[in-house]
Order: sequence, then C-alpha cells, then structure tokens
Amino acid sequence: MADVPPIPHQAIPNPYIPNTDADRALMLDRLGLTSIDDLFEELPAAHRSPAIDVPIALAEADLVRMLAERAAENVTNRPSFLGAGAYRRAIPTITAHLAGRSEFATSYTPYQPEISQGTLQAAFEYQSVVCELSGLDVSNTGMYDAASATAEACLLAVRVTRRRAVALLEPIHPNTIDVVRMYAYGGDVRVDVVREASEITDEHACLVVQQPDFLGGIADVQALADAAHEAGALCVVVADPLALGLLRAPGDAGADLVTGEGRDLAGPMTFGGPSLGLFAARETFLRQMPGRIVGRAPELHPPAGAPHDAPARIGYVLTLQAREQFIRRERATSNFSTGQSLIATAFTITMQTLGPQGLRESAELCYQKAHDAARRIAALPGYTITSPGAWFQEFLVRGEKPAAVIASALAEHGIVPGLDVSDRAEPEAHEALLFCVTEATPAAHVDALVQALSEIGGRS
Amino acid sequence: MTLTTEDVGARLAFDRGTPGRRGVGVPRWTGEPTPLPDAHLLRESVRLPELSQNEVIRYYGALSRRNYSIDTGTYPLGSCTMKYNPKVNDLIASLEGFAHAHPLAQPEHLQGILRVLHELQGYLGEITGLAAVSLAAAAGAHGELAGILMIKRALERRGDLAQRRRVLVPDSAHGTNPATAAMAGFTVQELKSGPDGCVDLDALEAALGDDVAAFMITLPNTLGLWERDIQRIVQRVHEAGAYVYGDGANLNAILGRMRFGDLGFDVVHLNPHKTFGTPHGGGGPGAGPVCATPELAPFLPAPVVTEADGWYTQFRPDDSIGRMQQFHGSVGVLLRAYAYIRTIGREGLAETSGNAVLNANYLRTLMEAHFDLPYDRRVMHEVVFSGNRQKRQNGIRTYDIAKRIIDHGLHPPTVYFPLIVEEALMIEPTEAESRESIELLAQAFIEVAEEAARDPDALHAAPQTAPIGRMDETEASRHPVIRWQPRPE
Amino acid sequence: MEIPADLRYTPEDEWLRLEADGTATVGITDYAQGQLGDIVFVELPDLGRTIEAGQPFGVVESVKAVSDLFMPVSGEIVARNDALEQSSELVNQSPYADGWIARIRPSDPAQVEALMTADAYRAQLPADAE
Repeated sequence: MADVPPIPHQAIPNPYIPNTDADRALMLDRLGLTSIDDLFEELPAAHRSPAIDVPIALAEADLVRMLAERAAENVTNRPSFLGAGAYRRAIPTITAHLAGRSEFATSYTPYQPEISQGTLQAAFEYQSVVCELSGLDVSNTGMYDAASATAEACLLAVRVTRRRAVALLEPIHPNTIDVVRMYAYGGDVRVDVVREASEITDEHACLVVQQPDFLGGIADVQALADAAHEAGALCVVVADPLALGLLRAPGDAGADLVTGEGRDLAGPMTFGGPSLGLFAARETFLRQMPGRIVGRAPELHPPAGAPHDAPARIGYVLTLQAREQFIRRERATSNFSTGQSLIATAFTITMQTLGPQGLRESAELCYQKAHDAARRIAALPGYTITSPGAWFQEFLVRGEKPAAVIASALAEHGIVPGLDVSDRAEPEAHEALLFCVTEATPAAHVDALVQALSEIGGRS
Repeated sequence: MTLTTEDVGARLAFDRGTPGRRGVGVPRWTGEPTPLPDAHLLRESVRLPELSQNEVIRYYGALSRRNYSIDTGTYPLGSCTMKYNPKVNDLIASLEGFAHAHPLAQPEHLQGILRVLHELQGYLGEITGLAAVSLAAAAGAHGELAGILMIKRALERRGDLAQRRRVLVPDSAHGTNPATAAMAGFTVQELKSGPDGCVDLDALEAALGDDVAAFMITLPNTLGLWERDIQRIVQRVHEAGAYVYGDGANLNAILGRMRFGDLGFDVVHLNPHKTFGTPHGGGGPGAGPVCATPELAPFLPAPVVTEADGWYTQFRPDDSIGRMQQFHGSVGVLLRAYAYIRTIGREGLAETSGNAVLNANYLRTLMEAHFDLPYDRRVMHEVVFSGNRQKRQNGIRTYDIAKRIIDHGLHPPTVYFPLIVEEALMIEPTEAESRESIELLAQAFIEVAEEAARDPDALHAAPQTAPIGRMDETEASRHPVIRWQPRPE
Repeated sequence: MEIPADLRYTPEDEWLRLEADGTATVGITDYAQGQLGDIVFVELPDLGRTIEAGQPFGVVESVKAVSDLFMPVSGEIVARNDALEQSSELVNQSPYADGWIARIRPSDPAQVEALMTADAYRAQLPADAE
C-alpha cells in the first residue's frame, strides 16, 4: 500500500454534490442514523475505508491549465502523412455543434421512446445512411469500431453457415486481424489470413476484404465476393465510408455484410477513439444482427383532442430486441449493450450536410489530392510509387535508401512520415512508406513533404 | 420557417431539401486531374438529402428537443448511474493536442496523452485495489468480454480449460454477464438468489465444482443490496479453483469505501459513463476499463501504457488476449473520466458514494409506504420497488407508472429489471441530486400511486405531455421498417 | 383459457395432436401465448430435419420475451406453418388451429402416450393462471 498523505479537510468543495451538511443531517435523522458511515455497516469492517492513492481535488482552473499542458506535450501540428486506419477529414463545423447539444449528449439509451425521439430518429437516419453507403438492406445503430464490427460480422457468418473458420484477405489492417483473433478466441473459431481469394475453402464461414485495402489499393469486390460465394462462404467488406462516395457499393458488388470506420467523419480522431463501427447486412441476416436496431412505429392511441379518424402519428423505437442480451441472455447474438450512439449521430449529420454531391466531391478531392502528391513525389529522382493497381488515398513510396532512413530524415524535417510497412510480405511494401493524403491535407503540407523528400534525396 | 414538433417527427432529413441545395462547400480540384479508376469499380451517387446548412441545423436542433436528458432533469434510471456530466470535461477532451493525436504517431509525439492514460490506469488500480489495468475496451460489455477472456487464457495456461467450461451467474445479473460468458465459449449456469436478494450460499456450493471457470458477480448487486456473504463467496469460489469476475457497474455505491481487490476479486470492469460521469450520448460512447490481479496481468488486452524514467510508451502484455479495438480505446471518454477523478479528488470518492447511498435510502424511506419493497433492507445506491400492489389493486402495471412519471416532467425509473422482481421499479438517484430533488421525485411517484387508485385510466393513457404517446412496439417488431425507402431495383 | 381435451401437452407448454395420417401437429398452448404476449416472430424448423424429443426446434419471440420451442416427441419435420412468417399474430389469435407451428412424423408413437393429458396439463399450471 502506498503511503497516502492525509486529505486537507474540505480544501475544495465538491462541485458535483448538491447536498449541504444541513441536508445530510436532516436526511440521516429521518433514517435514524447519525453518520453517513452508518449506511455502510454491512461492508466488511476490515476492508472499509481503504487508503487510496489518488491526488486530492483540483480547482477547475488548475485542472484545465494542467491538462492543457499535457495536451501541448502531444505533437499534432506538424504536416502528417500518417493514415493506416485513422484519417484527418474535412468535417463541417455544424457536426460538432449539433452532436454536442446536451439533449443528445447527456441522454441515456432510448428505452423510453416517448421522450427519446431525438436519439431514435437520428439513429433511424443513421441506419438509412449506412444502408445507402453500403448497398445493403439493414443496418444496426453502430458498433464500437470497424475492427470489432468486423469481428462481430465474422461471428454472424459463423452462426449462419455453421462453419468454424474465417478467412481474412491480405492486405488487411494488422490490428483488425488482432481484434478478429480476440473475438475468435472467445468463440473457438479458427482465423486464417490468406493472400488469395482462391485459398478459401468450404471450412470458411466468410472471406473478409478491406476496401481500400491496408496498403491503399482498391479491391475488385465483385470478383472476391464471387469467390467467397463459390465456396459457400459469405463476403464481408470493411470499407472506408468516404471512399464509398466514389467506389461501387459493396452490397451491389456481392458483399453480404459491410463494416467500416465512421469515426473520422464524425469528429476528431482523439488518439483513435471513441470510434464508430458501421455494420450493415443483407435482409436475410436481420435477426442474426448484433447490436441495437431502431424501427418505425405508429403511435398506439391518437393524442387527446385529435379527430378520431386522424392518421396515427409515427415515431421510432428500439426494435427486434429479442436478439439482445437483456432478453435472450446467454443466447443473445452478442453481449453488445452501450454502443456509439453520439458518434453515429455526428457521422449522420456530416453525411447529410455533405449531401450526395458533397460526398462525391469530397471523395474525388481526396483521390485527386493524393494522386497529385504521389505524382510529384514520383517525379523526384530516386523515388518510386510502388502501389500496384488503382488506389484511393494511400500510396507506397520507395526510395533507394531504406524506408527507415527516409522516415527519420523526414522527422528531422519536422514532417510526420507515412507508416513504415517495410516489414510486410507484399513485394510492393518492401522498403516502402505508406503515405496518406486526404481532402483535408493542406496544400502547403504536401509542398513541404515534396521539398523535404527532395532535400533528403531518393538516391542512395 | 420554424419546424413544429409534429413536422419534425413526420418527415426525415431524407424527405427534406431540394435537388441542388448544398450544406457545405467542397473545393473543386483545380490541379492536374488524375483519371478515376475503372468504371466497374465506381458507383453512381449515394442517395442522401440535399439540405442547406440552416436546414440541417433546424432539423437536428428540433430533433434534440424531442429528447429528455440529464441536462433537462432528474434521470433516476436504476443500474445506469445517470449523474451530472461536467462540462469542463468536454472542454478537456476537445483540446487540440488530445483531439488531433494520431493513434499510430510516434511515442515522442504522444507523451501528454500517454501520461494521462498511465495516470488514469494508476487511479483505477487504486480505486479498485486491482493494479493491473487496461483501458482498451470500448464499453462495459466489451470490458466484460476482455475480463472473461483473460480468465479463459489463464485457465488455458494452467491446463484447466478443457475441463472448466462453466460460468456461474446470479439470476439477478445484467444480461450482458451471461451473454459475455457465452461469447467467450463458456456454458452459463444461473444461480437462484436467496430470499434476502443475495447469492444463496447453498446454491453456490451445489453449483461449484472442478468444471467451473468463473463466478460473475455484481457488487453491490443489481437489487442495490450489499452481498453480506461476499467474503465467504470469494473464498469458496477460489477454493473450487475458479475465478471471481466483478461487474463494476455499481461501483458508485462503494467508491472510496471498499475495493474489489481487497475482497479478493480477480478481475473487474468499470463503466466510466456511470461512475465517472462521462456523457452517455443516447447510448454511447462508453469505455470499459479492466482491472485485474498481478496473476492475470499478462493476459490484459492490448495496449497498456507503461512508464520508465518519465517516458511513456504503449506495450502489449506478454500473453495478451489481443486487441479489443483497432486503436487505444475510447480515449475521449477516458479523458473525461480522468478529469472527473481529478476534480473530485481522493476526498471526493467516499463523499460521492456516501451521498449516493444516503439519497437512495432517503428516497426509500419517503416512498416505502406507497410501494411494495420486495427486499425490506437498507439499500446501497439504488432501491428496487415492486408495482405489485398497484397491479393487484388497480390493474396498473409498472409500465403504466413509468409512463405517467413522464407527465411529471421526469425520466422514468428502470422497469422490469432485475428479472427476479415482479413489476420491478428500480430507482437510482445518484449523489448528483439534492435533497429537494429527491423529495420531488418521491412526491411524483406517490402522486402516481394515488392516482392509480383514483383514476387508473389516466395512467393507462400516459404520457400525455411527451412529444409522442405510447408506440406500437408490436407492429414495429412484426413488420420492421428500419430504413428510409429501399433503393429502387 | 382454452385447453382442448383431445390434445396432448408438455410441461414447456407445447401441444401435440395426432393426425389421421400418422403425423402429429405441434404448437404452443393458449396459456403460453398469453404469457408471452403479442408474438412478433416465429423461427420455424427446416423441413426434413429430424429432432429428438425434448430438443429445441424453433423460437417464438414477443416484443420483450423469447422462448424456445421444444419438440414433444422425436420425429422428422414434414410440414411447417409458413403463414406465421408474415402473420405471427396467428399464434395469439388461434393457438390450436391457424397458429400451429410444425408437423412431424413421430419415430416412436409410444412417446405420444407419455405426454400429459389436458387435465394433467391444467393441474400443473400456476393456480392463478387465467
């Protein structure tokens, strides 16, 4: 046990407890007790009131000052070309403004639909947006993040196919593999990481495809889904939602389940979370879906004073709940409870503010900016773009110098380089850095990168 | 144009707007164009509404006003610990250096956030008495999964996993407990609670055996009661070679007064959106920190933050069960929890649980003459009544009472949970409500109970003052409509 | 509450009716549908599947509850009430007729005799069952 100094009595009053000493005295009197400690008499005496080594209270101004100092110790203002699953996006200001409204932010899970229509209707909008993006029929209200949603998709595939293995197609984010393995450990499911769709067999419940893939390449989902279906497996696509503004809807290309990461269109990346796992499926899997689902419902009775023949008002409710843990317990489709409601609301607001044209233009701007940057780098002596096919926002850069040397030289120039992927097996990744340029990357940052790479020199 | 409440509910954003209207201006690319990929890889446009920015603002603003929230009023949802969400914590989470930290940045660019997360791990280790902490899980249920998988891995390393396939769960448990055990590949056995609402030691003895992996227990339990035999329970589970899993959902009752680790628990998860006042967001985001004994530390989910000579790095424990999420977890939520703990400080921990328990017992005293109390004992942070009297005498269900409470300008309590209480009505006032607020809350319930005897139809017809009345949930489930118009073939 | 005298029953509230052609029709009792409330979904068994007595063969869901269906006697599924896919309310409205769930060909007719009679079924229901 740490040596814990005593607490200076009432150094700073607790701002979150409204009861005064007089209130407490009155309430205790009503209970026939003399002290608050009397309420805890049932707790084992030997362990009551332990010494706890947590700092004493801070005043608000000191708290903000201290944490502002901590925040400033992070370096976030340099030109950065790091992507690999977290992308800086151009998010409309109104997203944070609206999703930050305390009526959205400080409400609970909408178990009481009469006073939760805001959350419920926003969730219905969200489900509709995800169906449109994915090209699939049904969506839940969102899961923790893309990787855990993908793991849940694998478990759904295992349930419906009654097969005990899943196949993940490289290049796929290594952390996605890690998360799927963790869930698979629970379900005693085998995880095979494959390089070709042809490796899938009748043992596999699904083939998981990342779109764009981990190295930035655009997958031909149709061909991969066909291969999965031929083996009697489902096709799961983990898609970047901005890329889906441009790329064929995975559902139209044969995907049975679509997951994706919504965080970066909802708000800041905040070191990677809270995130938002999109999860959409073909209608036939509706009752196998994990997570919460919102549905439309008519009002049961007309409001007082309404004409008797007035059409019922419509609203929204949590529905198909018999799938869920609080009803089905150990036989639920998942243990999922609290999800990412507020992030889903923010994601929806961004999407609906962008609209069909804004989404398409953002995706194309992202594509054009990234390709322009790649073209300028390729024009420098000694540098090659090794990305093998079509790609979206991430591309592989190889110099004649080792990737690690180029990366540390860029860091010395005050630039955050792309992820070093030189340890990967794909030939194009050999001695390569994975650079990311999005619609939100300032032109001046790209200029600085090109300048720095030029100064560093691609030639050995 | 002002959006009326009616209009907001009747039409989605998808049903609004006009072709060509824009909500945000996206710059045109004016540089050298690159041809797009092959047409077979591309799509037509995505169907989305075409709204002006002002229309989006008014629509979502109007939607938000159809929500009840903590900032609107008392939110006495039992087992949910809906306490005040401090605004300074939102400000802290939005500080540039935190908000824009990339999860794959180099440690030299992340020392601020890593230090905060490391300190938070330390605080949670101190608060629970279980020093091995991972912040990687995204929500309480996710933390449960991590904890149970850690136990699974420990059994595997012990060579016991093939034999120990059963997890015991009290029948009063949250549904996530049995669902989690099943997800981890275990079979679940429910234990019937004793007449005092606690774990029945005889039932536990009968269920224990060398095929049991773990006992999952919520402390205090979901009836808001202290488990009087907790030390004996922990001892017997351990003697049987199984682990004790703690559901920390009710930590608010014992914060600063009792530590899971001191009682011998092996692993617990916490819910920052309950105990540490982070906003619940209408159903998330949460976080699910996991705290464990040194024995289970090697199995913690990755990443964990470590410190050496003032330098902070993330690491993967030796035999980690793996990653729960792609990146570090719900950092925005964890920052708020950190700020909450620093604001109330060490002295605020026991003060918080003390006032939470005082408020719940005071409420119980004010209401006990009007509602049945299935377990007539002192309670911890919440109190479970039964609506059985009203059902028997007035043909009123707890459901009706909950709906009528809405007309008193309050959020209803938790109803029909725990499952072992008929017509359950579970109230958790939290420390964040004042004495007057507790009295008004009790008064509202008493008025509804009196009205149930006088005019039961008024309860059946409730709510009358909400944005919308009761919904036909049967129709919603029978013929699910869960999206805007299906796409044309 | 209706408990037809010519049917056989299980403690899990299924009923079984032996048909003239040797098959048996299975459903849930009036009491069971009343306990569940408005039924919103019935998961029907696959045709041709062989199910042992006491094994689950489907699921009925209401808004707030879910219940397994247990096969009263061993046999092969020869028919299922596909009308329930669109109209699950038939189980509430007509549990013994239009709301039937599946038809099986029993593999051991002796098992039918072992099921409860209407009187025995009524006797084991809670006293306040209505």
